[in-house]
Amino acid sequence: MFEILKIRKNQGHQAIPDVTKAEIRRPFRGFPSLDGSKCGRCGVCREVCPVGAISAKPLSIDLGKCVFCGDCERLCPEKSIVFTNFHKIASTSREYLIVDGSKTADEYQDGAVEARKEIKRIFGSSLKLRQVSAAGCNGCEWELNACGNPNFDMGRFGIDIVASPRHADGILITGPISANMAPALEDAYMCTPDPKIVVLAGSCAISGGVFQGSPALNREFLGRRKIDLYIPGCPVHPLTVVNGILRFIK
Amino acid sequence: MKWINTKNNRPVRIKDVPEMGMDELRSQIIRRCREGRRVVSFFGMPKGQSTAIYAVLADDDASRLYISSGLMGKDRRYQSITPEAPRFHIFERELFEDTGILPEGHPWLKGVRFGHDRADRESTMERYPFFTMKGEEVHEVAVGPVHAGVIEPGHFRFMCQGEDVHHLEIQLGYQHRGVEDLMIRNYRRSGIHLAESIAGDTVIGHATAYADAMEALAGTEISRRAQSVRAIALEMERAAIHIGDLGAIANDVAYLLGNAVFGVTRTLVINTLLALCGSRFGRGLVREGGVVFDFTPDLIKEFREKLNKVYRDTELMAEEMFESASVLSRLDNTGVVDAEAARNIGLVGPAGRASGFSLDVRADHPFGIYRFYPIHKRTMNSGDVFARAYMRYIEIKQSIDFILEQFESIADDRPLMQPLKKHVPDSLVVSMTEGWRGEIVHCAVTGKKGGIVKYKIKDPSLQNWYGLAYAVRNNGISDFPLCNKSFNLSYCGNDL
Repeated sequence: MFEILKIRKNQGHQAIPDVTKAEIRRPFRGFPSLDGSKCGRCGVCREVCPVGAISAKPLSIDLGKCVFCGDCERLCPEKSIVFTNFHKIASTSREYLIVDGSKTADEYQDGAVEARKEIKRIFGSSLKLRQVSAAGCNGCEWELNACGNPNFDMGRFGIDIVASPRHADGILITGPISANMAPALEDAYMCTPDPKIVVLAGSCAISGGVFQGSPALNREFLGRRKIDLYIPGCPVHPLTVVNGILRFIK
Repeated sequence: MKWINTKNNRPVRIKDVPEMGMDELRSQIIRRCREGRRVVSFFGMPKGQSTAIYAVLADDDASRLYISSGLMGKDRRYQSITPEAPRFHIFERELFEDTGILPEGHPWLKGVRFGHDRADRESTMERYPFFTMKGEEVHEVAVGPVHAGVIEPGHFRFMCQGEDVHHLEIQLGYQHRGVEDLMIRNYRRSGIHLAESIAGDTVIGHATAYADAMEALAGTEISRRAQSVRAIALEMERAAIHIGDLGAIANDVAYLLGNAVFGVTRTLVINTLLALCGSRFGRGLVREGGVVFDFTPDLIKEFREKLNKVYRDTELMAEEMFESASVLSRLDNTGVVDAEAARNIGLVGPAGRASGFSLDVRADHPFGIYRFYPIHKRTMNSGDVFARAYMRYIEIKQSIDFILEQFESIADDRPLMQPLKKHVPDSLVVSMTEGWRGEIVHCAVTGKKGGIVKYKIKDPSLQNWYGLAYAVRNNGISDFPLCNKSFNLSYCGNDL
């Protein structure tokens, strides 16, 4: 009994008091700051990017493809790509994820999430999601589980991941969607009652990530559905997830 | 010479690998396995009009690897090795699925992952040949591929009599992304990134195996400091997941304080890893030719402080948990795999060590800095959930001790990263690491110009999934989650 109390005291208060203000320390790689004017067009960044996320004219990075490995930053001789530790990079628009240095991180964040009024009205105080791992490598899955742990505690905002799609308001997809998992994903979606949303978490779900172009994938599901929220990362950081969803529903 | 002998990360020329008829290779394998060697890799490669089967056996006491090959006859079938050496069962199933070569008399020839490039397109997940059981009070429980929690997909089918599980069949393949295929096509651009994503909870384990293989083929020895950084990250990964697993096991026996405390303690470990490399999972740290990030004196100081706290917090919580009667009553004698079964199945990693099967690549086939700072192998005997949980606790402390010792002795040589020379052509290298789940094996084969023509990956889960199925036999079905957590296997590591 006394041991348990000692453990409890030793732990203290672990929850992050305000997740909207929390920062992730460097060298975490989040929103990239790009300076096209420094770029000497040597092409090294495009050569080393494992996922083809970088374009040259103008210099831009697609956060939906980026795996935040930092290899472009490390090898760019002109330092025209610098990853900042800014993590609030979720967006409701796929095109918006392509950043070209014209916006600062704060400006990016201001226009990133534009949810319809109904979303805020219906899901504002309670959002239950059914998570479907469709060939996710278990990185994003660990981080989504972490969203519910005592540190991030997403449940305090009424956001939960539930056991059955029939109890859910939407589907949260991780992974590049393998052909072998595509039918089960479709079933889970169909079992979710309307109105429902679709959220993609991680670069694999958004673009196929390092598995893009693999003949083992079947991403037709995404072509048939409206995607409501994109959460970039490899894997997604819990603070990116929680803040992205909060902006979307609150 | 029936076998060529080599070591972990020492390439051999393909033409030096003995070649014989498949029947002879089979009897060689059976003989050597009776002498105590065990299979670590087994795969086929096209050779002229035929297929050559490569077998890699390990002699763990002598830190040696033995490689040989058998040329397949026109009938593309041979007498199965599994009835004589049961550990081959999953390797022969995989070979059959990949190449269509039939091991005749295999007792359990079912699909492993239903890959997009499998030999028999008629073999589908919908038509998986489940065993069935008939009788009064007999029923089946089907779970998955989508599970209740946030975990990877897989299908479990329990054949139960009343509450007791008589047989569990685990059907996988949902996570198949074609990694081995992509590795050959894209390794120049994204090999290390693919390796980091083979199993996203074993980033350092697989990335190190891949990088070691590439460096071995290029004849590059990376700096001692880079080797230390990799090993420190590997032990951080092990400690973090093991702590998380203790939390998950606590959760499954409704010991919520353990779940909360271990959850928070794991956060501290992975956030500390982030301070080194920017990723809580160690992504972006290991690259071919070394590591990208270095320890500054300030960072070493911070790591020391944090890891000492992790050690203390884990010890405080674990000692309390492992003395609690309500916890022990659920863990003791649940999901037992005895030593003989563990040996026959070929369990690896902490699951094998919990059953007294003493295997650890860090000690048996040391790689990187473990060649100079060996790990002492630890085993337990009871083979139940308790042993697998307590093994985790032992290994967490061992990992932290190892890291703290590394900080005392870390070399100051440079460079941290060096460019790789061209790969030696027509060669084969076997690269093994000890991930937190156990033995990871990557086999890379180069072609005439030094490009990778074959890449074979073995995650520890490939062997251990059967161990889980075996462990739940004659246990109550409600103890399945607990057994499952005590193994915590990778679906995508199996499905690739």
